[in-house]
Amino acid sequence: MVKRAARSLKYVYLALMLFFLYVPILYLIVFSFNDFSTGRRISYANLGRWKGFTLQNYTTLFTGEAGQALLLTLEIAAISSVAATLIGTAAAIGIYAMKKRTRNVVLNISQLPMVNPDLVTGITFMMLFAFVNSVLVSLGTKQVGDYVKLLIAHISFSIPYVIFSVMPRLRQSSDLLYEAAMDLGCSPMQALLKAVIPDIMPGITSGFVMALTMSLDDFVVSYFVSDLRSVLSVYIYSAARGARGVNPALATVIFIPLVTLLLAVNFRRLAKEREYEIQNKKVKLKDKGGNIQ
Amino acid sequence: MKRRIFAYPYIVWMILFIAAPMLFIVYYAVNVGGEWTLTKFWGTLSDAAKWNVLWISVQMAFKTTVICLLLGYPIAYILSNMKKTVAGFLSVLFFVPMWMNFVLRTYAWQAILEYFLPNLFGMGNNTLTGTESAVLMVLVYNFLPFMVLPLYNTLSKLDKSLLEAAHDLGANSVLTFFRVILPLSVPGIVSGITMVFIPAITAFTVPALIGNGKYNLYGNEIELAFKTLSGQGDYAVGSTLSLILLLCVLVSTLIMNHFDKDQQEGGQMW
Repeated sequence: MVKRAARSLKYVYLALMLFFLYVPILYLIVFSFNDFSTGRRISYANLGRWKGFTLQNYTTLFTGEAGQALLLTLEIAAISSVAATLIGTAAAIGIYAMKKRTRNVVLNISQLPMVNPDLVTGITFMMLFAFVNSVLVSLGTKQVGDYVKLLIAHISFSIPYVIFSVMPRLRQSSDLLYEAAMDLGCSPMQALLKAVIPDIMPGITSGFVMALTMSLDDFVVSYFVSDLRSVLSVYIYSAARGARGVNPALATVIFIPLVTLLLAVNFRRLAKEREYEIQNKKVKLKDKGGNIQ
Repeated sequence: MKRRIFAYPYIVWMILFIAAPMLFIVYYAVNVGGEWTLTKFWGTLSDAAKWNVLWISVQMAFKTTVICLLLGYPIAYILSNMKKTVAGFLSVLFFVPMWMNFVLRTYAWQAILEYFLPNLFGMGNNTLTGTESAVLMVLVYNFLPFMVLPLYNTLSKLDKSLLEAAHDLGANSVLTFFRVILPLSVPGIVSGITMVFIPAITAFTVPALIGNGKYNLYGNEIELAFKTLSGQGDYAVGSTLSLILLLCVLVSTLIMNHFDKDQQEGGQMW
């Protein structure tokens, strides 16, 4: 009786916490169907009074600045994560072959963007570009624009995550793989592409996914780096502070694909684990059978 | 050809875009408009109002961390004791919000606290934003998953036979928890605290959107120093404030490392 009460208490607690975590998301999704038009204008400022059902927020979602910001977000995320994965993977392979002393220095500096608060990373980039641009102005050449600034910043804060997820894989992989491939007639590039890379592929993949999510998720660094045009989260921040407010339909278009993707990935992993468990049990049963005989 | 050369493009990148930018914090703290001067630097350091905000922020971050730990530990503990399939599904649900744009979620809280709840309870023109407890609640909201994740990872790897051993040796569940489970989950607690405390000090979005500008934290001071509405901000003040922040990060990381004996390879710089 006490046990059952304790168990249901557990579920109640989890449900309460999940409710707390999902309240704002559900709130936005519900209000994404709310009619915000006052006369001919649409204002999302008073996001608290239900005025009637409409799908208008979805049809207007990507027409203005929000659409441009979303496009830029996806573009920056795609390019920066691919670039970070290429540079980071090559770096990890190179760093791994270094002498311990140099390796530690390089790894320590690489950790900076991971341990520094985002705020510090953001302002350091801001100051770097301000300095570079002031030099460019005095030289009379074109300044570095928001697009390039965002790309450089996103690549930079993503690379360490790639390095640190490839590194453990390299440690598991054999040191002799590269030498062996070269002995068998591969050029260094071929040895890398045909022997080393396939062996550390899981590390590269998880590094890439991390870089992608870091870029998609970033607000602080992008906010400080860009001036005129920026990514979605920066758009949301300035719209939320301003009088116009944010179209709540954004929550739905981010949330639904995200949940679907994560649950799908997780169910696949769970299915695999379950299969593995069953197989393990079979092996164990066989072993036991063998012992009895 | 040595494999080392594969790292060279990155080394160049690292020097240009990771190491060099850090130097600019120092550069702009003591260089105002091309002139070397310490006046702004000392001026900011001796500004009592700034230190006061830092103190408030540290207290706020501390409260956030403690509440996250108290709310998050039971979540991680319950999840880690569930059947693997159920726990896998539920843990995904707990971590999904982490991946969802946090500015958007903070904006949702702003709408709820500013319009929805006051409308619901007929509070007239009063809002629930702009108070310390509102900022604290949304901070807890934002950082809770970051506390649960490392705790869940540590607790679900816990060797269950140790618990059986504790029971066999006559310990009841309470004693087992405090003498076995809690000490073994210290690495998870430590990384949970590091994932919450420093980010909470620097979180400037939550105070800006929920605090209505009335309740600014240290991150806001830095933001305001750099990003003023009227174009260029005061780099010298912002840089000096950032240097103080870096010092705080250094101190708290040293304290954390003291508790966390598992050092990774490559060493810790901070």
